[in-house]
Amino acid sequence: MAEHIVEKKTYYSVFAALMLLLAATVSVAYVHLGRLNVIAALIIASIKAILIILYFMHVRYSSRMLWIFVGAGFFWLGILFALTLSDVLTRGWLPLPTGWE
Amino acid sequence: MSNSSTALAHQFDDIEQQHESDSLGMWIFLATEILFFGGMFLGYSVYRAVYSPAFSEASRRLDVLLGGINTAVLLCSSLTMALAVRAAQLGGRRTVIALLIATIVLGSVFLGIKAFEYYQKYEEHFIPGPHFEFAGANGRHAQIFFSFYFVMTGMHALHMVVGIGIMLTMIWLTKRRRFSPEYYFPIEMTGLYWHFVDIVWVFLFPLLYLVDRS
Repeated sequence: MAEHIVEKKTYYSVFAALMLLLAATVSVAYVHLGRLNVIAALIIASIKAILIILYFMHVRYSSRMLWIFVGAGFFWLGILFALTLSDVLTRGWLPLPTGWE
Repeated sequence: MSNSSTALAHQFDDIEQQHESDSLGMWIFLATEILFFGGMFLGYSVYRAVYSPAFSEASRRLDVLLGGINTAVLLCSSLTMALAVRAAQLGGRRTVIALLIATIVLGSVFLGIKAFEYYQKYEEHFIPGPHFEFAGANGRHAQIFFSFYFVMTGMHALHMVVGIGIMLTMIWLTKRRRFSPEYYFPIEMTGLYWHFVDIVWVFLFPLLYLVDRS
């Protein structure tokens, strides 16, 4: 047998958790939290993604080397976002130096 | 292990090494997919930061009920896909085929609902272009929102169509007894692809439909 076989019960529990998180993200969206609405939505989506990756995609039962390959994709996604948003979102923070207007 | 001797490609020492290589290769492909969709998510985030009032207004014109039902449908399809891979590991050919068909049906329901949503948006003149109409001061910027909406959900839907094609191929190969408990890797890789497409939607749904509701 080449790989660990996950119990059916585990898949059903993960599925139930995903459905509960879907209900949570829809309900939270109607509560006024200001900027926290986006953050709450992204946190819930990330938890769902992690559950899918670890259990449905079997990463939890895979080798450390596979973990590196999985992490690399998201690490580069992080670079893409961090470098771009650190520019775009901070443009208004400082006044332009004199002579640049 | 009679099946593994026929399934084992000659460049690998054993079936475990082949399985590891398949998974690593698939995840390299998925990394390119993460960055492909990542670029669109980043573009959306930047424009949303720049034109947030218009994006809020436009986002509230999407149908949360249909989007939510579609999320549930897609999560169900991920469950049936995971169970199909499990059945393949155990060698249950009929179960694999039944679960793959269930996944295809759920995927098609998703695409049907999506098509209906597109039709509604067409009726409301929300398709970007010369016939775009949006009441309010932010019409031009709302058009940018709908451009992102159609490109991102469209690329996602295209991935689902490809996934359904791959699953049909897997059903055909399963029928032809090409897989066994030792060699079921193509079905597992199909599962990785399908779950990835599910994850993209898990982020698309809140970011497009939900974040400006309160």
